[in-house]
Amino acid sequence: MSQTIKPAAIRKSFTVRTGREKAWEVFTARFGSWWPKTHYIGSSPLTDAAIEPRAGGRWYGIHEDGVERPWGRVKVWEPPARLVLDWQISHEWGFTESLHTDVEVLFTALGEAETRIDFEHRGLEAFGDSEAAAQTRSGMDRGWGLILESFKAEVGG
Amino acid sequence: MANALAFSALADPTRRAVFERLGEGPRAVGELAQGLPVSRPAVSQHLKVLKEAGLVSDRPDGARRVYQIDPRGLGQIRAWLDQFWDVALNAFKAEAEREHDEETNTP
Repeated sequence: MSQTIKPAAIRKSFTVRTGREKAWEVFTARFGSWWPKTHYIGSSPLTDAAIEPRAGGRWYGIHEDGVERPWGRVKVWEPPARLVLDWQISHEWGFTESLHTDVEVLFTALGEAETRIDFEHRGLEAFGDSEAAAQTRSGMDRGWGLILESFKAEVGG
Repeated sequence: MANALAFSALADPTRRAVFERLGEGPRAVGELAQGLPVSRPAVSQHLKVLKEAGLVSDRPDGARRVYQIDPRGLGQIRAWLDQFWDVALNAFKAEAEREHDEETNTP
């Protein structure tokens, strides 16, 4: 009898103290320089990550075992203003063909050295439809306490 | 910097406590308020935020409403992603500003 939840999109807006072109360049061309290497769940550690600079391109992680593991496709490539990635990663950090969620990043120039980033990860209800969903859910049932722990670490609570 | 990427429903300690208690099993508002040093209306307000964030769902049980952690786990996945993106976007901001400073030679 529990109602179906459609999770709200994750939205984050913030400013970066650099120009729009630079912000775009760092986000895309130097994706691997900032993408957290620690936040993956899997067997082989992440060593690098990349976004191919075109619509239809891949975005992927490169792991210590030398294997490139796809995370999805570039849906919209409009430098230096708008990027949309198809996030096809389950919480187990596995690529899931049937899973499609959108990650959109908007870059707005506020000044020569100030850029506003409007970030949105939407369509999260797809996590409930993917093949990996059942497995994901059982993992999360065990793991929700760990999530809270990491929240506490992040927010200093 | 934490403020720049601010909101997450679990950032509030009381709200987190409410969520943790729901981890033990479904509870009505009154039951949740009993173990916490806040008023029942305050607990209701926290539940509203948790519900909007997709972390909990509610269902009627006679005259009262019972709250539970979203049984499909979507709220938990969302919480995981929300936290992940905070970390990732903070790292992006730091790297972009570091490169900017390097190129303009301003500290």
